[in-house]
Amino acid sequence: MSEIRVHNVWMEYGDQIVLENISLDIASGAFVSVVGPSGCGKSTFLRMILGQERPTRGIITLDGAALPGEPGPDRGVVFQRYSVFPHLNVVQNVLIAFEFAESPFTAKLFGAKRRAASEKAEALLQAVGLSEHAWKYPSALSGGQQQRLAIAQALARKPKVLLLDEPFGALDPGTRAQMHALIKPLWRERGMTVIMVTHDLKEAFGLGTRLLAFDRPRIDPQAPERYGARITYDLDLSRDGPVPVLGFSPPIEPSTASQETKRSMSHA
Amino acid sequence: MRRAINIVPGSGTRILLALLPFLLIACLYVVVSAERQAANPGDKLLPPIAEMATSMDRLATEPDRRSGDLTLWSDTAASLQRLFIGLGTAAAIGLVLGLTLGVLPVADAGLSPLVAVVSMIPPMAILPVLFIIFGLGELSKVVLIVIGIAPFLVRDLAMTVAAIPTEQIVKAQTLGASTWQLMLRVALPQAMPRLIEALRLSLGPAFLFLISAEAIAAESGLGYRIFLVRRYLAMDVILPYVAWITLIAYLLDWLLARLARRTFPWAYVQETRR
Repeated sequence: MSEIRVHNVWMEYGDQIVLENISLDIASGAFVSVVGPSGCGKSTFLRMILGQERPTRGIITLDGAALPGEPGPDRGVVFQRYSVFPHLNVVQNVLIAFEFAESPFTAKLFGAKRRAASEKAEALLQAVGLSEHAWKYPSALSGGQQQRLAIAQALARKPKVLLLDEPFGALDPGTRAQMHALIKPLWRERGMTVIMVTHDLKEAFGLGTRLLAFDRPRIDPQAPERYGARITYDLDLSRDGPVPVLGFSPPIEPSTASQETKRSMSHA
Repeated sequence: MRRAINIVPGSGTRILLALLPFLLIACLYVVVSAERQAANPGDKLLPPIAEMATSMDRLATEPDRRSGDLTLWSDTAASLQRLFIGLGTAAAIGLVLGLTLGVLPVADAGLSPLVAVVSMIPPMAILPVLFIIFGLGELSKVVLIVIGIAPFLVRDLAMTVAAIPTEQIVKAQTLGASTWQLMLRVALPQAMPRLIEALRLSLGPAFLFLISAEAIAAESGLGYRIFLVRRYLAMDVILPYVAWITLIAYLLDWLLARLARRTFPWAYVQETRR
């Protein structure tokens, strides 16, 4: 089980409000796509779930327990870049996850334990289609292969939640399609909850069972930092046919917003 | 006619071009030395190559009358021992402190201003202090080398470790790494190639501090010998000694470069592609 609840979460950096009053429940095993314009806080949202940043206000719970304030093995992550270790070869990059788990002091495994862990690592590489590259260093891999490796690595500790931060953003369309074909069955088999931030709407609709759109409904031209982003669309993609709108924070009456703009324009 | 920037020498030409300036300098020396000898047979400033060879042969093969040692080799051994102990200690300090400062924000906040200030102390200015505290023996010379290069190594490694992308640090945590495991398996291996590069850069300063300390107070060593025979204007010993020291430093630099490329091939991928 891996149910995430986000309750009245605000994220502020000093005066700048990035996210305001975000509340949502993510069901266990959902594949949530997060879209929105650049700088609207979707990556911030992801980093909060990851534990890399803490919300200024509000709480996030995973299976009823408050999220710890730092990243941990229950939440795996794949970043757009730099998320594999350049000094380890492909199999070592996956093996290190088991070494962290089983060898607290040396973080190295030897003998029978190492063989057992290597087998698990190789099984993961098989699953992402990297078996024949096991002895290469990441620098010798293509962008798509590096992301495959990052996925295998993220799956090693069997996380409840897998967080993807524009994982396929830097790949060419062909490779991207291959990655889509790879990630979907992995998610189905493992029953984890996936949250994926993306700029690609086709990808968001194609992969997700639910789509969240982040945007800033209000903008004060004099003080753009005063209002943060909210979830403007929350779509259920899990059934065929027309997409029903699940939740949808009603736009703050467009009339007042435009009046506000006009007022401040006339002042200016 | 191609542009000058597009004319790339082949490997044979490259070696020839590299040797050329050395040969030119050697020829120039021989010619000027011969001219001075012709004008004044007792000239001490630019001794002929043959004279230098005889002196070096004497220092390398004939036991010293007082100590019974072969001077060149005992000098080299004494100096290299000081150099290696100094470099090794500085590398160990650099690695431990550099990793700590680079990984732990609290350690960084507490110690990096201190390291920044200490690294600005001119090591030669506190040499007298070292002589007073540690005596005139081996320890003060080693400590001078350590004080001279350790702060640079610490700062350089701390910066290298701090420059590891956050993504990697977060990823390690999502794989369950503790702070210790992260330092050991993520930060340390990525700091090692840089440590070797920093040591290569430190070879020059290390020799500077070594020779200085030996010049002031020592009973053996390459720097000691040079400053000893200076009293007799013995250029026939000084010049070959300088060449010998240069050769040693160059070889150490080359060995470190080879070691780094052999041990950490992943860090030099860009280089081999070029």
